[in-house]
Amino acid sequence: MFWNKEIECMDEEKLRELQLKKLKEVVKRVYERVPFYKKKFDEKGIKPEDIKTLDDIKYLPFTSKMDMREAYPFGLFAEPLSEIVEVHTSSGTTGKPVVAGYTRKDIELWAELIARSLTMIGVTKDDIIQIAYGYGLFTGGLGFHYGAQKIGATVVPASAGNTRRQIELMKDFGTTVIACTPSYALYLAEYAKEEMGIDPSALKLKKGSFGAEMWTEEMRKEIEKRFGIEAYNVYGLTEIIGPGVAHECPAKNGLHIWEDHFLVEIIDPETGETLPEGQEGELVITSLSREGMPMIRFRTRDITTLHREKCDCGRTLARIERIKGRSDDMIKVRGVMIFPYQIEQAILEVQGVEPHYQIVLTRPHYLDEIEVQVEMSKEVFSDDVKTIENLRKKLEKRVEEAVGVRVKVTLVEPKSIPRSEGKAKRIIDKRNLK
Amino acid sequence: MHKVEIISIFVENKPGKLEKITKILADSQINILGFSITSVKDFGVIKIFVDKTQEAYQLFKEKGFAVAITPAIGIEIVDKPGGLHEVVKFISSKGVNIENALVYVPESRKKAFFIFEVDNFEESLGALKNNGYNLLTKDYIK
Repeated sequence: MFWNKEIECMDEEKLRELQLKKLKEVVKRVYERVPFYKKKFDEKGIKPEDIKTLDDIKYLPFTSKMDMREAYPFGLFAEPLSEIVEVHTSSGTTGKPVVAGYTRKDIELWAELIARSLTMIGVTKDDIIQIAYGYGLFTGGLGFHYGAQKIGATVVPASAGNTRRQIELMKDFGTTVIACTPSYALYLAEYAKEEMGIDPSALKLKKGSFGAEMWTEEMRKEIEKRFGIEAYNVYGLTEIIGPGVAHECPAKNGLHIWEDHFLVEIIDPETGETLPEGQEGELVITSLSREGMPMIRFRTRDITTLHREKCDCGRTLARIERIKGRSDDMIKVRGVMIFPYQIEQAILEVQGVEPHYQIVLTRPHYLDEIEVQVEMSKEVFSDDVKTIENLRKKLEKRVEEAVGVRVKVTLVEPKSIPRSEGKAKRIIDKRNLK
Repeated sequence: MHKVEIISIFVENKPGKLEKITKILADSQINILGFSITSVKDFGVIKIFVDKTQEAYQLFKEKGFAVAITPAIGIEIVDKPGGLHEVVKFISSKGVNIENALVYVPESRKKAFFIFEVDNFEESLGALKNNGYNLLTKDYIK
């Protein structure tokens, strides 16, 4: 199903024309209105008129998260506060939060993006959608809220947390669609079954839109199995607009980017060079339609691959692969780059172990040590120490193969790793790097 | 039926873990008749032989433990020098391999049972039955 078929299935040439027109406009706007951009453009000796083709975007400077922190709070706004009707911030776990400002038109744009995304996976006005992303400064809750209302679906604004009530609502209201983080979805299923005696697959739930954290195909299968639903991947970020920048279609083969509003590039994170199509690298996004806070070449730190081949669903818009890693999440252990997703995938491959794990980094004797704590699952528990030890060794071997450094795997008791109601905290870094 | 059951619980090798388990049993008035602990570095398996097996199993499950029930055979040992040796010799003579074991003493200085898990329960039990040895039954535990 399409929300805006004309755009979603647009002829590629026309799409490029539209993008170029919008790119020229947005570059001119930020140059004239945002001193931060003017300064950066001038430093590089580039004027808005120099952008003649889409390719010329490579002459424009990147914008980083660091730049955004320096511009805190409103330094990147291209409209006066009188035109800004809403602000959101990132979690700010590693410093000052990033602030995003939205004009009324930006909010409408956001709703359109989510409406397209949800319609794409078959959500209609007859659905009851429970939004279990946090409402508030976080973009997840309200972004989905606007989009789901635009479709005309019945919105249950449950927000994050209060797990028992979430399940009661799902059961009593007959919720058909859920939107939350994938780790919270798994927790919901577990809680329903074990704390409330409710079989999650017996609920009326049909599909879910999951995002705001990295997850894997294995986790998708697990969520689909436990709830008996179709699980889709959503992508977005506060700096650009929030959730809805890209979303999976029923083909589940990459996330379509709404290219009429976002111009994407894949770059080599080390050199900043643009990479050819089909090569893995860092996603860079330029927002073409934002009024309140347009972004020029924002470095997302997200690692993915871009595909332009036509999709089975009929959409012509490019797809990004599921986010593979985040340079911020990347951990360097003994000089080797490790992404948590590699570890997660390895654990899940060793059948039967529930995807609850934590990575603990220590440096006991001037050398990094990496410990992966994996919860023993009730399903695979054997009464025999030998069998359990074999499972542990198998896990250790698979994780080591996946990351390329020595790893210690520890099996811990069920439910001993704290459950998160938002983004899962996977890494505990106890190394004293001072 | 000469089948008894042992409860196995997965535990991390940390102070206070055994205490958590014994407290659950004590609070529910479940009597421990025998137990054993096996540990490998960071984790271990605690095996308990109790009077109310099903009740204990449900309790641990509800409390979120990784727990399992395993069938076992109990064979009476005469309380005298060489008593265990004689029983073990008999078991091995029947080609039965002992996996995990614990001891249950219903009457101090009088009667004891050697309780053990085996690879193939039915087959092993068949081999050991009707050889003049007293095998433990569930009824006896009550």
